[in-house]
Amino acid sequence: MSGWRHSSIGSQIDRNTPLPFTFDGRPGSGFAGDTPASALLASGIRVLGRSFKYHRPRGLWGMGNEEPNAIFDVTEDGRTTPNVRSTTVMLRRNMALRSVNTAPDAARDRTGMLDLFNRFLPGGFYYKTFMAFGWMRWEPMIRRMAGLGRLDPGHCPPADIPQLNARCDLLVIGAGPAGLAAARAAARNGREVWLVDDAPEPGGSLRWRGGAIDGGDWREFTRDAIGAIIAAGGRILTGTTIWGAFDHGLFAAWERRDGSPDRLWRIRAAETVLATGAIERPLWFANNDLPGILSAEAALHYLSLYGAVAGRRILLATGNDASYPVAAALAQAGCDVTLADARADAPAAPDGVKHLGAARLTQAHGRNSVAGAVVDGRVIETDAILVSGGYTPSVHLHCQAGGKLDWDTGSDSLIPRPGSSALWVAGAVNGSFGLARALAEGHAAGGGTGPAPRAAAGDWQFFPMRPDPDLRGRQWIDPQNDVTLKDVKLAAQEGYRSVEHLKRYTTLGMATDQGRSANFAGLATMAALTGRTIPETGTTTYRPPFSPVPLGVIGGLRRGDLFNAPKRLPLEIAHKARGAMFREYGGWLRPSVYGTDDEAVLAQQEALAARKSVGLYDASPLGKIEVIGPGAAELLDYCGYLRLSTLKPGRARYGFVLGETGIVHDDGVVFRLAENRFVVSASSSHAATVRMILEEARQDVFDPTKSFIHDVTAGFATLTVTGPKSRDLLIAANLPEALYDDANLPHMSVTETFWNGHSLRVARVSFTGDRSYEVTVPARHAPALYSALETARQEVSGRWIGMEAVMILRAEKGFILVGKDTDGLTMPHDLGWEAPREKRKDEYLGRRSLFTAEARRADRRQLVGLEIDGDAPLPTGAHLVPLEGQRRSLGFVTSSYFSPILGRPIALALVEGGRNRIGTELGVFHLGKIGRVRICDSCAFDPTWERLHA
Amino acid sequence: MQIFTCPFCGPRDETEFHFAAEAGKKRPIPAETVTDDEWAEYLYMNSASRGKAQEVWLHVTCGEFFLMTRDTVTRDVTAVTSLPGRNA
Repeated sequence: MSGWRHSSIGSQIDRNTPLPFTFDGRPGSGFAGDTPASALLASGIRVLGRSFKYHRPRGLWGMGNEEPNAIFDVTEDGRTTPNVRSTTVMLRRNMALRSVNTAPDAARDRTGMLDLFNRFLPGGFYYKTFMAFGWMRWEPMIRRMAGLGRLDPGHCPPADIPQLNARCDLLVIGAGPAGLAAARAAARNGREVWLVDDAPEPGGSLRWRGGAIDGGDWREFTRDAIGAIIAAGGRILTGTTIWGAFDHGLFAAWERRDGSPDRLWRIRAAETVLATGAIERPLWFANNDLPGILSAEAALHYLSLYGAVAGRRILLATGNDASYPVAAALAQAGCDVTLADARADAPAAPDGVKHLGAARLTQAHGRNSVAGAVVDGRVIETDAILVSGGYTPSVHLHCQAGGKLDWDTGSDSLIPRPGSSALWVAGAVNGSFGLARALAEGHAAGGGTGPAPRAAAGDWQFFPMRPDPDLRGRQWIDPQNDVTLKDVKLAAQEGYRSVEHLKRYTTLGMATDQGRSANFAGLATMAALTGRTIPETGTTTYRPPFSPVPLGVIGGLRRGDLFNAPKRLPLEIAHKARGAMFREYGGWLRPSVYGTDDEAVLAQQEALAARKSVGLYDASPLGKIEVIGPGAAELLDYCGYLRLSTLKPGRARYGFVLGETGIVHDDGVVFRLAENRFVVSASSSHAATVRMILEEARQDVFDPTKSFIHDVTAGFATLTVTGPKSRDLLIAANLPEALYDDANLPHMSVTETFWNGHSLRVARVSFTGDRSYEVTVPARHAPALYSALETARQEVSGRWIGMEAVMILRAEKGFILVGKDTDGLTMPHDLGWEAPREKRKDEYLGRRSLFTAEARRADRRQLVGLEIDGDAPLPTGAHLVPLEGQRRSLGFVTSSYFSPILGRPIALALVEGGRNRIGTELGVFHLGKIGRVRICDSCAFDPTWERLHA
Repeated sequence: MQIFTCPFCGPRDETEFHFAAEAGKKRPIPAETVTDDEWAEYLYMNSASRGKAQEVWLHVTCGEFFLMTRDTVTRDVTAVTSLPGRNA
C-alpha cells in the first residue's frame, strides 16, 4: 500500500468531482477524469489480479493497451463487461471492478499455492501431461482454474453500433508530436486530414512529458494544428483506435463515445501517416512481476495526468535517457528517487536524484508488493521499482499493410523499412525519439513546406538491455500468459526455435495484450540462445485487430433479424392475417402451415385437402429469369441439359442446369413465351446463381448483343392452385375463360393474357402431380389476385397450404429438391434423365463430365423410392446398408414423410445402383438399429399420371 | 478491403465481386475428342500465379463478367476490360 495522490499535480482530473467505485467489493474513490487504473494507483491498492497460470499477485504495469495485468470485469447498471483494460477506459460513478482469475478476490486468492508447483508446470506442460486419459477429461478442470474474466450471460449488448464509411486525403494515426506536425503541415496545404488517436485528447506523450514547441507551450501548438485541420475540412477522432490496416488503403477504426453507442469507421485514405509512437519495454530480473513494478513512462503519465504516484521511495532502473525526466518529475513531486543506470557513461542525474552508474538490478524483494531491490549485490529499500528497458515502436499497422522491418541500432529496435508499405512513418514508431526529431519527421511526412516546428534538440541514447539467461531466479517475459525466461530456454532446447513455434509452444505474446511489452524480450532471448541476430530471428506475424475490439463493434447492426435478412413475400401480410406460421425456405420467409395447431398435424391436413379438393399456395419465390433476344434459344440450349430451342412458343419444359462438372446445379421449368422470349423458372434458392451461369455464357461464349437476361423474380407474385378442383377455383374466381380450356392450355403450357387491366400469366405446370395452375401477376397487383382467389377458394371449399404440405405432395410424386434429394455428386442420369446425355450431339454445359469413367459407373447412387412397413416415417439421412455381409453405406434417405393420401410413410433415397435394386430389400441403419426397406420407384402416388389432367 | 473497377459500374468494394476463373483457359470441345485428362486439366488445374495474374471476375450486383489484370502480391489492379464474348 504505497501509491498516493499528489495534492496539486494532475492535469486530467477534476478534484471537485469525486467518483465512488468498488474494487473486489471494497469501496474506493477517484476523481472525474481518472481511469480505474489511476484511481487504484492513487488509492494505494497494489494487487489488482492474479496471473493466468500460477496465480501470482499482479499489479499495474502500463498506461494503455499494453497493460497485461490490470484487467477487470466491470459492472455498471447491473451489466458486466468482462476483461476491460483498466488503463483504456474512464472511471465512472459507482463502477464495480472485479479482479479476474481470482477466488475470492485479488488480495486473498486461494489458488496462489499453484505457484509453489511452478517447477512442475513448464512451457508445453499441457501438451506433455494432459494427454493421459485424454484431454477432454482434464479440460473442464483447467478451464475453471485458468482464464480471465467471466461472461455475464444476462448481458447481451444491443446491436446499435453504426458502421460508417469515410474518405480523406490524409489519415494521420496518432496525435502525438509527430502526428500533430504531419496533420498540421498537410492541412495547411489544404488537404482534408483525419487525425485519429486512441487517447481521450490529442497530444500523445506531450500530455505527460510536456514541452515547448516554436517557443510556446505544446498546447498552443496542438490548438493551432487542430484549427488548421478543421479549417481544411478535416476531422479529429479521439478515443478512437485504428485496429486494422487492410488492402487498398482501408483502415478500420473503433470510436468510443461517452453516452452514445460506439462507432466503427471504415476510412479509405489516399495517403496515411503512421505516428503511433512506441511502448516501453520492461526489465528482466528475479521476481520482476511483483506488484509495484511499473513502466517508468507510465509512472510519469500517472503523475502528470492524475497526480497518482507509484510510491514514496522509488528505484528507477534504466539504460536510456528517456527515464531522466521521469526521475526529475518524481523527485520534484516529493519522492525519494534512486536512478540506477546500466550505462557507465550515464549523463548527470537531475537535481535531488540519487544516481548509480553501471548499475544492474538483479532481484526484487517482497511478497505481495515490492519491499526492496538488489542492485549490484546491494539491497536497496524501496516501495516501487520503475523500469525502462528501452522502447518498442508500434509498427503493427505498418506490418499489417505488408511492411517489413529493419534493425536500428541507434534506437535498439526494429523499425519500418522505408518504402516497404504504403504508409509514411514519423516519430518514435520510426525509432526517432526526442521532441525535435519527432516534429521534423512529422512535418516532412505531412508534406510540410517551410521550416518544421522547432523544439529543444536532444536525442535519446539507448543502451541495449536484454534478459540474462544465466541470472538466478524467475524472470517474467510475458506476465499476462505467465511465460518466464526458463520457458523460452526450454523451447529453444526442445527445438521450438522459430518465433512462430516459440509463440505457440510457450503461449508467449498470445494473451489479450498480444505481448506488447513481452515479445521483444522473447525474441531477443531466443536470438541470443540460438546465436542469431534479432532480425534473423524475426517477429511473429502482425494481424488485425491491433487491440481487442468488441465483437459488437465488428458486427454492427447485423444481428438477429438483420444478420442474414430473408427475402419477403409481397403477400406476407395477407398470409399472416390468415394465421400463417412463417419459416425460412431457401432464403425466403414463407408460410410453413396455416393455423396454430401442431405443425406436423396441420401439414398432413393441408396435404390431404389439396389432394381431395384444391390447395392454394404462394409460389412467388420461384425464379423468373427472362432470357430475351435472337440469341436466347441458342444460349439456353448451351446452359441447359435439355434442348430448349425445340420448344414451341406457349409451351413449357422441365430441365436441369448442370455445372461444368456435370453435377446437377438446379432443376426447373422453362417457358417459351414467344420465339425470342423465355422465362427460366429456376428454383427459389438457386435463381441468383442460375442467372449468373446464364450471364457467364452470354458474355463469354456467345455474342452478348444477341440476348439479354433479366431476373424479374421480385417483380412478380405467383399463386399456385393445385388439386382436382383447381379448374373450378379458376372459374369461380372469374379468371379469363381461355384458361379453362385444356385444348387451349394443356399440361406443360403457358399463356399470357389480361385481367382487370393488367397482365396475367398462367402456366399449367405441376409440382404436386395434380392438375395445377401457376398464376402470376406483377407484384403490385398481388393483393387483387389474392382476394379473387380467396373468394373462389371459399366457394369450392379449398384450403391454403404451406410449404410443409407442398413438400409432402412433391415427395409423393418423387419430385426432387436439388440439394436435398441430390448431393454434390448427383448427375442427371442418376435421377433417371438419360436421354439428352445419350442423344444430344451439340455442346452444353457439363457435357464432357457426363462421360468420364466415374460418370459411367453402374453403381452410381441413383434416386429411388423406399417402402416401409408400419406407420413411422424413416429418419432423413439414415444410411442404407446391405442386409448381409459387411456393413457399409449404400446411400441414404433424402426425403421422408407420412403420406396422408396413401396412409403410409414414403421416402426418397440415393442408393448405389438403385434402379437395379427395385423390388429388393435393404437394411436402413439408424441409431445402432437396422430396419428393413423395399426399394421401389420414386413415384409413390398416381404412377400413371392421370391426375395431371383430372 | 480491395477496390475493383467494374467496366460497367466503376470502382466498387471487393465484397461486390466474385472470382470466376483464370483467364485464357480455352474450353476444349467437342466433348467426343476431349480426353479425361484434358478435361480434368481444364476443370481443375490453375496456375495460381504469384505476382501478375489475369482473371475473370464477376460483379455480382450488375452481372458483368470481366477481365482483370492484377498483382496477387501487391494487390495492384492494372487493367479491367469487358469480355469479348464470341467476337473474340
